[in-house]
Amino acid sequence: MRVPTSIANRPRTEPVLWLGLALAAVAWGVLWWANERFWTWLLGDLGGLDLGTRLGGGIHFFLYDTVKIFLLLAGLMFVVGMLRASLDLERARDYLAGKGLFTGLVLAVVLGAVTPFCSCSSIPLFIGFVAAGIPLSITLTFLIASPLVSEVAAIMIGDQFGWGIAAAYVAAGSAIALAIGWVFSRFDLDRWVEDMVFATRITRLRAQGRVPTLAERVDAAVGESRDVITSVWVWVVVGVAIGAAIHGWVPEDFFATYAGADNPLGVIVAALAGVPLYVNGAGVVPIAEALWSKGMPLGTVMAFTMSAIALSIPQAVMLRRVLRPPLLAAFFGAVAVGIIVIGYLFNALFP
Amino acid sequence: MIIKVLGPGCHNCHTLEKNVRAALAGLGIEAPIESVTDYGEIAGYGVLRTPGLVVDEEVVVSGRVPKPDEIAGLLSSRA
Repeated sequence: MRVPTSIANRPRTEPVLWLGLALAAVAWGVLWWANERFWTWLLGDLGGLDLGTRLGGGIHFFLYDTVKIFLLLAGLMFVVGMLRASLDLERARDYLAGKGLFTGLVLAVVLGAVTPFCSCSSIPLFIGFVAAGIPLSITLTFLIASPLVSEVAAIMIGDQFGWGIAAAYVAAGSAIALAIGWVFSRFDLDRWVEDMVFATRITRLRAQGRVPTLAERVDAAVGESRDVITSVWVWVVVGVAIGAAIHGWVPEDFFATYAGADNPLGVIVAALAGVPLYVNGAGVVPIAEALWSKGMPLGTVMAFTMSAIALSIPQAVMLRRVLRPPLLAAFFGAVAVGIIVIGYLFNALFP
Repeated sequence: MIIKVLGPGCHNCHTLEKNVRAALAGLGIEAPIESVTDYGEIAGYGVLRTPGLVVDEEVVVSGRVPKPDEIAGLLSSRA
């Protein structure tokens, strides 16, 4: 959904902006409602395609689902962007610095969940947190929560699996991050952090407070929305295509036979399968939904999804700059174990 | 006036540098732009989210990519 560029040049008084936002919301709602109907009409009535066949149904699903996902991502990331524009990371860091362990861990999880995981930001952030005197366990919890509780993934899971499962995903990811953080806090991990981190001299630790105006927040939110779409659209298209192919050509209950709930290794295999996949949450969820609809147990599916998003080789390479191998291994190992545990739990709770 | 763009080289950092050049061109000012990619140095400025923009050792923007207009405004008040 494009916001017309002319809006940026009109007088940016608050009432004008709010009106613009309201109109955009209505337009979004109309597009959302009309999406499926449009494709059914275009392909079925106008194009004469038989939507009951595999190919016809597959194409219809692909087009409708892709547009739906873009609308969902654009709309929700705009809202998230508005919220994030009000978040001052420097101030949050200063706030975190004085808090006790449990409060710190909880805050780190919340912060990690709402902060986008741009892998290039995680390193300066890590160094900055450590330099501010925030305990290592809290900083690590933040690093775990950020990719594990991905807001893009949560949105996608809510759309494809239902919002109850999305909530369970957020809760599970948060719980893993908290648990690992607490375990890490029992050890002295300083010696496993690269010297470079402690050698950094911080020249400005004072929070640079500046409350953004509504216009700035809207700008940031539009940018956030546009950034998400431009960076993930390829993944979405590929993911939906694979999902559509699975829907159309893989036999019903295929996965129940091979990766069913009675296969004790299913979750572990799924978690390991996700590791080499350097995919974005937006791309892997449509595939996960298709696997689930073909009989793969929910826990196994979630293990695969979380592992694909949170455990990636590029991220490991990034973190190697600040974490020594033993801690890096412990970090990834703990996240993997957590994901596997959640996988078994989900299988038990949602058979 | 010495300008530094902080960032390890991801897409946003390049966009920021591009916007800075556009702002400079618009103002008709010439100033050296230094690209800081070392994490230690970046964190040393207290920047938590890249990209960051530093003018004469003062962090003016961090964690987002401002448009050339905004950068021009920030630069002209410091030129």
